[in-house]
Amino acid sequence: MDLDALVMLLSLFVLSLFLGVELITKVPPTLHTPLMSGTNAISGITLVGALIAAGSGAHGTLVNLLGFAAVTLATLNVVGGYLVTNRMLAMFKRK
Amino acid sequence: MHPTLVNLVYLAAAVLFILGIKGLARPRTAVQGNLLSAVGMLLAVLVTLLDKQIVRYEYIVAGVLLGSAIGTTMAIKVRMTAMPQMVALLNGFGGGASLAVALAEYVARMGEAPAAMGNPFGPGAVGMVALAAIGLTALIGGVTLTGSLVAFAKLQELLKKDRSLPGGTWANGLVAAVAVLAVAGLVLDPNQGELLLAVTLLALVLGFGLVLPIGGADMPVVIALLNSYSGLAAAMAGFILGNMVLIVAGSLVGTSGLILTRIMCAAMNRSLPNVLFGKMAEGAEAIDADAIYAGKVKSASPEEVAMMLETAKRVMIVPGYGMAMAQAQHAVRELMDTLEARGCEVLFAIHPVAGRMPGHMNVLLAEAEVPYEKLLEMERANPLFEETDVAIVIGANDVTNPMAREDKGSPIYGMPILNVDRAKTVVVIKRSLSPGFAGLPNPLFARDNTYMVFGDGKKAVLDMVAALESAS
Repeated sequence: MDLDALVMLLSLFVLSLFLGVELITKVPPTLHTPLMSGTNAISGITLVGALIAAGSGAHGTLVNLLGFAAVTLATLNVVGGYLVTNRMLAMFKRK
Repeated sequence: MHPTLVNLVYLAAAVLFILGIKGLARPRTAVQGNLLSAVGMLLAVLVTLLDKQIVRYEYIVAGVLLGSAIGTTMAIKVRMTAMPQMVALLNGFGGGASLAVALAEYVARMGEAPAAMGNPFGPGAVGMVALAAIGLTALIGGVTLTGSLVAFAKLQELLKKDRSLPGGTWANGLVAAVAVLAVAGLVLDPNQGELLLAVTLLALVLGFGLVLPIGGADMPVVIALLNSYSGLAAAMAGFILGNMVLIVAGSLVGTSGLILTRIMCAAMNRSLPNVLFGKMAEGAEAIDADAIYAGKVKSASPEEVAMMLETAKRVMIVPGYGMAMAQAQHAVRELMDTLEARGCEVLFAIHPVAGRMPGHMNVLLAEAEVPYEKLLEMERANPLFEETDVAIVIGANDVTNPMAREDKGSPIYGMPILNVDRAKTVVVIKRSLSPGFAGLPNPLFARDNTYMVFGDGKKAVLDMVAALESAS
């Protein structure tokens, strides 16, 4: 990764913060709890980094073990988050 | 798989996350939105698994199976009243995952190149940014992990006392400052692995120290803030790995948590520093509850309330967390059905801090099959109270206290409240005249147009339903 790539990533970060404000302010208060659990599941995207660590072959067992812990926690976050959000939203849909 | 293709799939995943959150703008499109977001996650995971850096699968399979099993069980078993605890735990796990990713990445890169061959994290500024990202991910992730566990323990009532660690705010400040210095040290000399260990330990201590002193009433703010932290930790991890989907997704979650934090603070008329570091303002002089209540509080039986309801054209129900504790949601919905069958309009006025997390009360009522169109937020509900025949307050207290509007000397002055007292008749269902979280008497209970129904919320409401049905 060079400096230019870093600036690109920083730009993405800043622009996403603004996009986040636009998106989130449109969510009605009625859905704030599912919003929290749903975004929580999204923050489980750390799973991507966790998979690389857990699956690496050349860095010794410590990296794999840390990766295993990360995969477990992030999967819990993703699976638990999406399922519970779905459960709540289904209650709102029902007529 | 070619890296360019991988990145394109990550882009698709990021777009799906954005569309997913966009779907949450309306209850009707929300389920589909959540599904899109989940598909995005699945895509990101699948394409990562095809990455050539991944050569062994046993740890991955074990972690995914274990995480899925626990996550699924939690999501199916959790009761809606316990949703704040669940979200607190999930925040903590997200933070913990980012922490573990940062540590693993440090160990892996240190192993890659011997120190003699220059900075293993990259030359010059690039290496420094990577190290700063590792340090900050560990710091934010660690605080989120232990902070969330404490928040969980408080919400679950495993921890009942709010206590600060020795030194209070100053000690926390010191721990935070030392942790930041340790990150700086790591940036300057990547070989000092002990510094990263120190950052991790200090972050874990800081999470305890920050959340332990915060009271139960302020937990909605804390959960929202920790939600933001878990997102920021993921975004920081994105800077370590140079991964754009982590950065986009993490920053979306970060802003979401921050916006909800602000909404919660505004609803309590308190600043974020005041919630985090201050104590609830204590009244200059204790307000004498007897002077306010003496001789002025009228009580009514559920049957008498039913008579008031018989002729009502519009009824506004004002629920608080006490309603959920009495498990009265379904009884309240029965009351709604009975009144509507008689041609009366029934609406619900929801204060932002009515539940134990943002939007919690709405979920509890949705579970009881109250249609979401009937759940009015404060701004929409307040103008309607003047044209409301009967307002029924059940399990709410501070958020209806007129002192917040009228008494400049009161500690809650300025807090936005539901103007329940402007309804023609107010019925308050409550066990006793005991104060709410703010510890203040509520002059609403002594108003001329207020009737108190003392007793268990669920039983009182069911008695009203029975009386109404026998009248028709």
